Amino acid sequence: MKRRLNGFVYIGLGFSLLVALLLSPFASTSPDGLEKVAETKGFLEKGKGWTFWRHAPFSDYSLPWIENEKVSTALSGLIGTLAIFFIAIGIGKAIKKR
Amino acid sequence: MIRNSSPGQKRGSMHIPDGFLSNGVNAATFVISAAACSYGVKRVNRNFGEREVPLMGVTAAFIFAAQMINFPVAGGTSGHFLGAVFSSVLLGPWASLIVMTIVLFVQCLGFADGGLTAIGSNIFNMGVVGALGGYGIFIFLFTLFQKTRKGFFSALAIASWFSIVMGASAAAIELAISGTSPLKVALPAMAGTHALIGIGEAIVTTAAVSLILKTRPDLVSAYRVRQEDSKKEAVHEKTA
Repeated sequence: MKRRLNGFVYIGLGFSLLVALLLSPFASTSPDGLEKVAETKGFLEKGKGWTFWRHAPFSDYSLPWIENEKVSTALSGLIGTLAIFFIAIGIGKAIKKR
Repeated sequence: MIRNSSPGQKRGSMHIPDGFLSNGVNAATFVISAAACSYGVKRVNRNFGEREVPLMGVTAAFIFAAQMINFPVAGGTSGHFLGAVFSSVLLGPWASLIVMTIVLFVQCLGFADGGLTAIGSNIFNMGVVGALGGYGIFIFLFTLFQKTRKGFFSALAIASWFSIVMGASAAAIELAISGTSPLKVALPAMAGTHALIGIGEAIVTTAAVSLILKTRPDLVSAYRVRQEDSKKEAVHEKTA
C-alpha cells in the first residue's frame, strides 16, 4: 500500500497552521504544570533573571514589533509551525537512507 | 532584559527553564539524550525512505502548533498536548525521538521556551522517557490486549497518559537531584498535576490517531491489528 502522501501532508500542514493561527491566541494563560509546581513549592525564582540563550527571535511566542498580543501570538505560532515543517523535512532528508 | 518565566507567559508545561537544574544533571541528561538521538538517527536512516520524510515534517509541525494550545486543568493550572506517543505510533519511536528533539530545539532557540542549558533534560524527559518510554508501554499493552482494534486504542490512551506522568516524574527527579526541590515535594506535585494533563493527552492522541486511521490507515505504522479485525475493516472500507 504505497499511496501518495501529498494530499495528507497539505491537509495536515494546513490544519496545523490553522491551529496555530486561530487557537493559540485563546490558549489558557494560567501557569503551566511545572510553573505552578515551582510557584507553590517556592523555587520559581531560581529560573528568573538568568537565561543562557538570549537571542530567541520570538521570545514567549510573540513578535516584538506587534503590539496586539493575540495577533502577535497567532503570527509567531504561524511562523513557528511553518518553519518547523521545513526544518523537520530538511533533517529528515539529511538522515534518510539514500 | 529578563526573558524568563513569569506567570501568564506561554511556556511548555514540562519545559524546564535555565536555572532549575544543576550542571551535573544537565550534563548527564545531555549525554544520555545525545546518545539516544545518535542511535535514533542510525535507526531512522535504516528505515526512512522518500515517503516518511514529509510525514515527519507534518508531524513536527502539528506537534509544535498543538503544544501552543494550553488548556486549563484544575487549580488554576494549564497543560498542553505533548505528542510523544502520537508521533511514535505514526513514525516509530526513534523518528519520534528525533521529532521531539527538533521541536524542543526550535522552541528553545526560537521561542525561549525551555532553557538551552536544560535542553538535554527536556529531550530526556519528553523524548527518551516520553517517546521511547511511552512507546514501550504502548507495545507492552497492545500485545497484552492481543492486538485487537479496541486494544490498540486502549493501549494508545493509557500509554499517552503514562508518557506525560513519566516525563513529569523524570523532571521531578532531576529537580530533586539538583537540590531545587526535595523529591517528596516535587514528585507528588509534578506527577499529580500531570496526571490531569495526561488525560488531555490521552484524549487528543486517541482522537488524532483515530482520525488518521479513518482516512489514511497506512500512515499509522504501529497499527497492526489481528487479521480478523483488519479484514472486518477492509469490508467496512468497501461498504463505506
